Parts: sequence; C-alpha cells; structure tokens
Amino acid sequence: MIPAAFDYVRPQSVEEACSALADAGDEAKVLAGGQSLLPLLRLRLAYPTALVDVGRLAELQGIRDESDHVFIGSMATHYDVVRSPLINAECPLVAMATATVADPAVRHRGTFGGSLAHADPAGDLPAVALALDCTFVVRSGSGEREIPAADFFVDYLEPALSPEEILLGVRVPKLGPGWGYHYEKFHRTAQSWAIVGVAAAVRRSNGSIEEARIGLTNMASIPVRARAAETALRGVAITPAVPGETNGGADPVRDACGDAAADTSPPADLHAQPDYRRHLARVLTHRAVLTAARA
Amino acid sequence: MPRITVTVDGIRYDEEVEPRLLLVHLLRDRLGRTGTPIGCDTGNCGACTVMLDGKSAKSCSVLAVQADGCDVVTIEGLATGDRWHPMQTAFHQEHALQCGYCTPGMIMAAIDLLAEDPDPSEEAIREGLEGNLCRCTGYCNIVRAVRRGAQAMNEASEVTTS
Repeated sequence: MIPAAFDYVRPQSVEEACSALADAGDEAKVLAGGQSLLPLLRLRLAYPTALVDVGRLAELQGIRDESDHVFIGSMATHYDVVRSPLINAECPLVAMATATVADPAVRHRGTFGGSLAHADPAGDLPAVALALDCTFVVRSGSGEREIPAADFFVDYLEPALSPEEILLGVRVPKLGPGWGYHYEKFHRTAQSWAIVGVAAAVRRSNGSIEEARIGLTNMASIPVRARAAETALRGVAITPAVPGETNGGADPVRDACGDAAADTSPPADLHAQPDYRRHLARVLTHRAVLTAARA
Repeated sequence: MPRITVTVDGIRYDEEVEPRLLLVHLLRDRLGRTGTPIGCDTGNCGACTVMLDGKSAKSCSVLAVQADGCDVVTIEGLATGDRWHPMQTAFHQEHALQCGYCTPGMIMAAIDLLAEDPDPSEEAIREGLEGNLCRCTGYCNIVRAVRRGAQAMNEASEVTTS
C-alpha cells in the first residue's frame, strides 16, 4: 500500500532535529534507515504526522574506540557494524547478532540505533545490548543524558525516549580477555524474526564458567536477561569441552540452563505458543552458552 | 512538495515528490522504469531490489526523498547497448527463471554479492540471495546462474586488466 500522508523534515544537525521533533508533536517519528518503519507505514500500521529524517546526520555516524568501550553512532548501518574491525575485535557479539539481521539489502540501509530505538523484543540487537550492559546516549533540546540498557526498553516498541529525544549512539563496554560469545537464533526463514534468540557472553577460567550474561530475544514484551540461568551457570564445568564428546551423559551446562525461561512472559503468535518458546529458550541458551564457552 | 535530484541508470532527474512516495513508485510510475517490479508489501521478497549508491536496496523500503542526490541503477541500466550484462546472460543460459517476476531483484542481488565476493561458494550465493524469494524455480538454477555469471564477470575483468 501507499503510506498515509506525512510531513517530511530533513534537519542539518542533531540540534535542528530535536527542535523539529519538539515542533512536530507526539505523533512525529524519527526516520533512520527506514527498514522497520517503512514496512509499518506501507501496511498502514503506523500513521505519523511527520517524519524527521536523521539518516544523513554526520553527528550520528561513526564507530569509535573510546578506551574502555566502543561507541557506535546510531546511524552506523548493520553493514558497517558487521564489517567493523573494531567491533569484531572488542565486542564481537554485536557483529555476530547483526550478521543475522534480515538480509544483505536490509543490512545496507538498516541502522544500529534505529533497530534499538524501535525496541522490538523480536529484534536481535536489544537482547545483545542488554546482555552487554550497554549505555544509550540520547539528546534533546534540554541536553544530553545516558540510559542504561536495563532501563531503555520500557514495553513493546516503546523505548525510554521522550518524543523530542534522539539516540546519539550506544556505548558498548569492552569486556576484555577471557570472554567467549555467541548469538543463537531460531527462525523459520532467513528474514523472519527470531521466534526466540539468545545472546550469550561467557567468561571462562580453568575449564569452568566464571560468569555468564544472557539476553533473550522475543521472550517478553521487552528483551530480558536470563538471570536464573546466569546464576546457575556460575562455576559450572565446561563439559564436554569439545563438540561430540559424550562425557558419560553428564551435561552440567544444560542442567544449569534449565531455568533459562524463568520469569519470562513469551508471546503467543502464528509461529509459537509460550510453552514452545520456553522450551526453545532452554535449548538455545544451552547451545549459545556452550558455544560461547568453547569459543 | 520536496524537490529531489536523482540519477537513474545514468540519467539525471529533478522531480517534485510527495514525501510518502516510495522509490519504487518513483521509478515505475514517474520515470517509466517498469523493469523493477513490486512483489510484496512487507519488504520480504526482494523483487524491487536496485542499487542505491552502489549497494543493493529494496526500493519499496526507501522513500524517494531518501534517495535525493543518490545514484540508482535498475535492471534496465545493466546492459551496454544491445549487450546484456554477463549476469543477465547467465540467468538466460541457465534457465534461472520461470515466471520471471523475481529475476530483476535476483540479478541485482547477485551483482551486489559479487562486489563483495567475486568467487562465491554455493553456500555464499544462497546466503547472499537470502533477501530474494523465488516461488517457481526452487533456486537450483539461480545458484548455477550466479556461479556462471561470476565466472563470466571474472573472465571479462581479466580481459580488461590484461
């Protein structure tokens, strides 16, 4: 379908963008790469009165090394992220999950910040931001503020941004040596959303898991941490250490992942009922943690 | 209404566009580039794939105003005079189409893939074309055509560089 009519503004700076948003009122939307927003407009599931196009703002570009973290500008495309040597070296989980987003044409235009600000719990990047304890840097006419990932996702498609705020970028902490990573995603076709996804970062020491951080995709109206499994995994031996070993049937990592779906409220839709999603969360958490632990 | 400048298949256009006009509608309805079809309303099928500043994009998921100042290449801009692009020839030779609706998008996605990976494996081809759906062929001939097109393009570039 043809989208409903809207006004279009292309500001030349973040400052102008903030005032354009303030002027346009509650029903305005920020347009980034448009890869989530345009399908919604075409299906007439959204009727914004105005689009403020921040896609070309130089202030929102770039991926920078900032000592203890990597700063990813909100308009870095998925294509930029996947190819960034800095991200692959310092926060590879971000690159791993981004490589699974949609398809090459969508990754050329879709942006890191746009995906996060869209706050879709079925998107791949929110769970990663949560697992890595990223910090969101946002600006409005009244100044800049920082929002921890744990507070950024308020509800389904609802980030903790006021209508005139713009996401400048995200600080991704460098976790340093000793960590392994994996993003495990279960979906029906290449471009469909994750039925369930699991982002895992695991710190290893002497063949055991010292710390696990697990973010779950599409297990609630917001991305959630698998806290119970994270606690249960502390100190667990990484066995079998290589794929294919039987280890006499013992699988302590799998056992510890048994609570991966605790305190979640997975949605029911065409693809899966909640009980199936809980099952997937346990199975995929086991796979993600074990792969990350062996990495 | 916003005014945009866009180059399509080497020709520069100045157009006044409604903000809600999609790039694919600009191409088809205003500029007559009906070689780029519209397949779906969800950004899934990839039939409308074009090159936007040298990278593949689904023209149904781009506003015409977002393409202001950009260079667009459609399926109609690939041939040189009467000579098809090697990827078009390869799709013909390998019979990589039945109804042909997905073909323009498939060819654009294939050319985009080869820019990154000039000698892709079968697996890389299947991943590179994951954003493009074909409901007729089962993809086997399409994968073969991309292999053949890649070989032809590599041979052509060897001729020009030697």
